[in-house]
Amino acid sequence: MHSENYIKLEFLSKSSNEAFARSAAAAFAAQLDPTLEELGDIKTAVSEAVTNCIVHAYPEELGRIAMRLRILEGGILEISVRDWGRGIENVEQAMKPLFTTGGEERSGMGFTIMGSFMDKLRVRSTPGKGTTVLMQRGLRQRRRL
Amino acid sequence: MTINSAFSAGRLTLYLAGELDHHEARGALGDIDELIDEYLPRDCALDMSGLSFMDSSGVALIIRVSRRMKELGGRAWIENPARQPQRVIDASGIDRLVPVAVRK
Ligand SMILES: Nc1ncnc2c1ncn2[C@@H]1O[C@H](COP(=O)(O)OP(=O)(O)O)[C@@H](O)[C@H]1O
Ligand SMILES: [Mg+2]
Repeated sequence: MHSENYIKLEFLSKSSNEAFARSAAAAFAAQLDPTLEELGDIKTAVSEAVTNCIVHAYPEELGRIAMRLRILEGGILEISVRDWGRGIENVEQAMKPLFTTGGEERSGMGFTIMGSFMDKLRVRSTPGKGTTVLMQRGLRQRRRL
Repeated sequence: MTINSAFSAGRLTLYLAGELDHHEARGALGDIDELIDEYLPRDCALDMSGLSFMDSSGVALIIRVSRRMKELGGRAWIENPARQPQRVIDASGIDRLVPVAVRK
């Protein structure tokens, strides 16, 4: 699909970059004139996807995370978050509510929240090679001057 | 994020403010554990009116605090969540485990 604008960011899997990634996503999305609630949803979904790379993809090392945001025709925001970490054996199981390999510090609700805040959520993963999370959210088109 | 606390009549109220993500969660939980150890409250209210952002790391923290309070024979609940935390609470269904109280 034709994209009207895009950004690509690459950053290290440090937890201090979680806030950076969601703020950058919100700043890019601002050109679509989203509501506060839509901005909150975008920040939350990005935070979930990026945190998963930091916690699960690279549990014992630092690695590369790539985030791409695109604006598609009709005011659709597309977000992709990619890592080259350990990958997911069984994606269907990983996406179930409460499923976690992360112990007490995780809730297993990350994918559930991404799915409920986004219109589309697709996860592709190859064990040992990495994971890509692709999300889309249509933003309510408000009348512009 | 910051945590302020008030204790009276066996109730510990924790005022969470700022952004609660995975980066902030471990420190926050350590602080909360210390406060609970210090006061040994009967009830623990997590006031989220000043929380501008929370993700599923916050959900895990809420579950941990609730479990800790149950071990002490007490209860925990969420109070006055701001709009974004409220949406995460709704999406995660955590209010089936930990009640949400809205007071004006
Ligand atoms: N980028 C990733 N790389 C490897 N494993 C992942 C990744 N994202 C998610 N997972 C796996 O999927 C599970 C569920 O993720 P999620 O729903 O976000 O819950 P949580 O992060 O609380 O465990 C994780 O526990 C982990 O096993
Ligand atoms: Mg997660």
